[in-house]
Amino acid sequence: MDFEQDPDLELIREAVGAICAGFPDDYWSACDREHRFPWEFYERMAAGGWIGIAIPEEYGGGGRGIVEAVTVMRTVAASGAAMNGCSAIHLTVFGLNPVVVFGNDRLKQTFLPRAAAGDLHVAFGVTEPDAGTDTSRITTRATRDGDNWRINGRKIWTSKALESEVVLLLARTGEAATGFDGLSLFLADLDPARVQISPIPKLGRNAVASCEVVYEDLEVEGWRLVGEEGKGFRHILHGLNPERILLAGEAIGIGEVALQRAVAYAGEREVFGRPIGANQAISHPLARAHVGLHAAWLQTMEAAWRYDQGLECGEAANSAKYLAAEASFAAADAAVQTHGGMGYATEYHVERYWRESRLQKLAPVSQEMTLNYVAQQVLGLPRSY
Amino acid sequence: MNVIVCVKQIPDPASPGELDPSTNQLKRDGKLILDESDSYGVEMALQLVDAAGGGEVSIISMAPNGEMSGMRTALAMGAVKGVLVSDPALAGSDALTTAKVLAGAVQTLGGADLVIAGTESSDGYTGTVPEQMAELLGLPSVTFAKSVKVDGGALKVSRQTEEGFDEVTCPLPALISVTAGVVEPRYPSFKGIMAAKSKPVDTKTAADLGVTAAGWAGAQQAIVEVAQAAARQAGEVIEDDGETFNKIVEFLDGLKVI
Ligand SMILES: Cc1cc2nc3c(=O)[nH]c(=O)nc-3n(C[C@H](O)[C@H](O)[C@H](O)COP(=O)(O)OP(=O)(O)OC[C@H]3O[C@@H](n4cnc5c(N)ncnc54)[C@H](O)[C@@H]3O)c2cc1C
Repeated sequence: MDFEQDPDLELIREAVGAICAGFPDDYWSACDREHRFPWEFYERMAAGGWIGIAIPEEYGGGGRGIVEAVTVMRTVAASGAAMNGCSAIHLTVFGLNPVVVFGNDRLKQTFLPRAAAGDLHVAFGVTEPDAGTDTSRITTRATRDGDNWRINGRKIWTSKALESEVVLLLARTGEAATGFDGLSLFLADLDPARVQISPIPKLGRNAVASCEVVYEDLEVEGWRLVGEEGKGFRHILHGLNPERILLAGEAIGIGEVALQRAVAYAGEREVFGRPIGANQAISHPLARAHVGLHAAWLQTMEAAWRYDQGLECGEAANSAKYLAAEASFAAADAAVQTHGGMGYATEYHVERYWRESRLQKLAPVSQEMTLNYVAQQVLGLPRSY
Repeated sequence: MNVIVCVKQIPDPASPGELDPSTNQLKRDGKLILDESDSYGVEMALQLVDAAGGGEVSIISMAPNGEMSGMRTALAMGAVKGVLVSDPALAGSDALTTAKVLAGAVQTLGGADLVIAGTESSDGYTGTVPEQMAELLGLPSVTFAKSVKVDGGALKVSRQTEEGFDEVTCPLPALISVTAGVVEPRYPSFKGIMAAKSKPVDTKTAADLGVTAAGWAGAQQAIVEVAQAAARQAGEVIEDDGETFNKIVEFLDGLKVI
């Protein structure tokens, strides 16, 4: 057993931290308030090769794994950028994994070098109004048209659809109306003539819109099919564990910045003539948050390490995502409470962390579904659905 | 075109520093980072080499404990190699000894077309090392460089002055000191950082460079006293009655800034 920290991770943290230091809290709250995509931040991260860190070297990426990618994401979140910063880059960091693993050469040669350079924006279109947790009910359809496909249907919550040039889209190609078989994955263009995008007003993370996207007879060339026809769901599954791991790191970063602000405030703010941090009703939730975040991080690193080693990592990834989302929200909530009324004021930023930490309990997979995974796959309990 | 940049490694200004009470010097025993005021020199050097279409940037540094974290940052930005002078006997060196050491380091690299230093370090503010080095190396020196170009084998420098700037032309090789903020230092990229780990840094002692390290005892300068800065007086508050601008003009005039 060895917990020695890889010095490369320290270098990554320092370098990404230095970039993020140029984007203080006020930058993020302005992006959030004005619903403005953080282009300046995105471009600086892209120029440093941080967005392409996990794309294979042969396509110009950094050639590293999820251990390094999750370290980047945690550092971004912990700078105060929180989900506004992470969601801006998340999908290019790892979203194209199904293309790396299952894509044909033309797809890889066309898109991966651009993703590695950070100049390809990708969205992920799976969720539909009537198919969220239950992906087997997807109704968006791709029908053959000669060598090409035509796509019709309606997706919701497609994040970053407004800024993205392409979408990794899951659509039904098989005969059956439901089920996991017969779904296929496409890397389709978000052609404005055939695709209508409408942002969904939402609680937080407003620098990056999540959208309702309607596809009306969108033509997709044959080579844009990712992997095998009818196996799209399985191709996506491959990327779900690493996505959970990245999300866990992002959640932990938010918890950490919230905790840091709360500790500073608890030490300074005096009520009844002494710092509020002297009250255990204030200090214990913060200590608990620290312990919870640290435990979640260890679980996250185990999951990331297992994935990079090619080991089974479903239990570790689901556990990491579950623990991180709980710890993150608990930390942000304790931070709001510690700030008293000022916790509700935008000036102190903890309300923004609180709004954004809430998201990880819902998406991309709910806490309930991570527990369902553990109950069935790990504990062997009967399936409830 | 080959350029050597002097880079100082200093304690992170983000964490509060501490003075050693016996010497009145800043404690420098932990991790050291690249002095921001030298990152401009590194950037300028990289741009000049780029514009020249060939050559390389090397860095030199004097630091305690063999510390090279700050040098790695400069290497990650694009410098190709470094010389670090690290010698316990150099603790307490004055500015002149530092200049001798750095001049020695320039010579071990076989000199260069241009040597760049910061105007002054962020943790010492002596501001005399570059000119002393130039003298020791027998190079012309241009201080407070704001912008630098190489044109027909000569250096063209805009030099910051109190009134504006001087346009200076100077033959190469030369030594210049650059002011902070003149270029935007690049952020090290992921690939740059990984490559920097295996770039060569040659470690030397004072004796290797033929410099006598006199340490505290032989230093020609000493910090005799450190005192708290006087508390600031409260400012003058002027109520705006629609004519306040006159008072502001008067005030600025009194300071001789307009
Ligand atoms: C800000 C944001 C961004 C998003 N970005 C994207 C994106 O880019 N691309 C994309 O495709 N999707 C995206 N999503 C969608 C997200 O993945 C879904 O919201 C999520 O999968 C849940 O689906 P649902 O909303 O349909 O909830 P539902 O499926 O309606 O579930 C509702 C609730 O019931 C619970 N539940 C359902 N079945 C069970 C069961 N068997 N046992 C226990 N509990 C159960 C769920 O856990 C949940 O709490 C995003 C969502 C949000 C909020």
